[in-house]
Amino acid sequence: MLWLGVAYLGALAALFVTSLWTVDGFTGVITREWTLQNFRDLATIEVYRSITFRTVLTAAAVTVIDIVIAFPIALYMAKVASPRLQRILVIAVLTPLWASYLVKAYAWRGMLSETGPLSWLARPFGLDSPGYGLAATVITLSYLWLPYMILPMYAGLERLPNSLLEASADLGAATGMTMRRIVLPVLFPAAVAGSIFTFSLTLGDYIAVKIVGGANQMLGNVVYDNFLTGNNMPFAAAVSTIPVVIMLVYLTAVRRTGALENL
Amino acid sequence: MSLSRLTRALLGAFSALALVFVYAPLALVLLNSFNTSRTFAWPPTGLTTRWWSAAASSNGARSAIVVSLEVAIIATLIALLLGTMAALALQRFSFFGRDTVSLLIILPIALPGVVTGIALANAFLTIFGIRLGFFTLVVSHATFCMVTVFNNAMARLRRLGGNLEEASMDLGAGTFTTFRLITLPMLRSALLAGCLLSFALSFDEIIVTTFTAGSGIQTLPIWIYQNLFRPNQAPVVNVVAAALIVASIVPVWFAQKLAGTDESVAAAR
Repeated sequence: MLWLGVAYLGALAALFVTSLWTVDGFTGVITREWTLQNFRDLATIEVYRSITFRTVLTAAAVTVIDIVIAFPIALYMAKVASPRLQRILVIAVLTPLWASYLVKAYAWRGMLSETGPLSWLARPFGLDSPGYGLAATVITLSYLWLPYMILPMYAGLERLPNSLLEASADLGAATGMTMRRIVLPVLFPAAVAGSIFTFSLTLGDYIAVKIVGGANQMLGNVVYDNFLTGNNMPFAAAVSTIPVVIMLVYLTAVRRTGALENL
Repeated sequence: MSLSRLTRALLGAFSALALVFVYAPLALVLLNSFNTSRTFAWPPTGLTTRWWSAAASSNGARSAIVVSLEVAIIATLIALLLGTMAALALQRFSFFGRDTVSLLIILPIALPGVVTGIALANAFLTIFGIRLGFFTLVVSHATFCMVTVFNNAMARLRRLGGNLEEASMDLGAGTFTTFRLITLPMLRSALLAGCLLSFALSFDEIIVTTFTAGSGIQTLPIWIYQNLFRPNQAPVVNVVAAALIVASIVPVWFAQKLAGTDESVAAAR
């Protein structure tokens, strides 16, 4: 407990403090002077604004795509499949989670390459693989985080008793009505719980972007480049407060839906 | 709500298609590891096992695997010890701010890895003045592994309640005896699941690793990442990736054995 408290929160607090310092341009040594310069740079320099915007947009797109794909699968698993098939499907969804993240991103590099299977499949239709870029990043990230969305949705639907659905039908509600009044209220907190993962994981990702994203940059790349190649820890720290703030706002916003208990 | 036959069939077809989408990239890596073409031209023109033997004699990959195993084992052991203690403390004693603490536990999973990485690197470098290396890497891995052990143990403790332990105490067993004979056996499968998860997480973690390992240390993911963009290393990297995919069946099998007693393997990340 102390470890988490001191090590993690302390590190976060220290990170924030560091973001208020600056680096001496000549010696590369951190100067411990209080300044808001890093944040001023973040707010005024155009590049950082567009990177932040792109990152949040990507995270939102990934979340929406995952919700759309996960819903029919979760519904099928929970309400249509036989118990035996259900067990098999859960394993089938879970197994890729154990495969390395890097390997999966790498696998998509192969899928999307010029000579890869996707362009081979698409060519007869006069199309081409999207190539490496923002679209490829969204595809890869949706792929990577899909199980995190399927599982909470499946768990939510699983808990919903069939008798409730039957009762709704008996009372004269059409399928659409039942969906809206019974299934959706259960599904919403589950989707929110899943979105915490898809959103946060996307916000911090910079490896997948490097592998399939072409020249595109995300917030994570800015943090990493400033930390490692730029040797500018204070600025990297300032950039990394952006995803923290976004996630904190998001968590507070969704706390009322009861999604946090579903984690 | 009774789903019509057509809806059911459509849902089934969609799920099947999605599973193809999930497994196709992995299958591609496996297939490409036998592809004769250096650039993985699709469809493959011929199959060869040349890359596998080339990978087997790659020193870089082999030493990276050893480093990864060392880090994962040590980090998991630390996480097991501290995570279990934290869970016991939080479950058994109510103290000021307990709910806040529980919320704080979510934070490391809810915040992006890049934040955890830079926060830890910053703490090591500017606050403590420690050089990045094996030690800082293990400490960082132990920090996020601890969360998974803690979550697993906590879920189990919450479900069990304290009745059996109270009974044991009433029958005259001391704290230590109760822990050894009652608490530990009940927790065992949850802890094992937590360890399995920690090990897997640590073994393929790359984001926090790039921030806290320093330049001298190469874990397997770092090795893959550094060789990913080198065309002449591509076949060997692909073989390593394929081997990792095959190896990931082992924890799935383990988890399945544990799942009889513990569902939380699946739920926790």
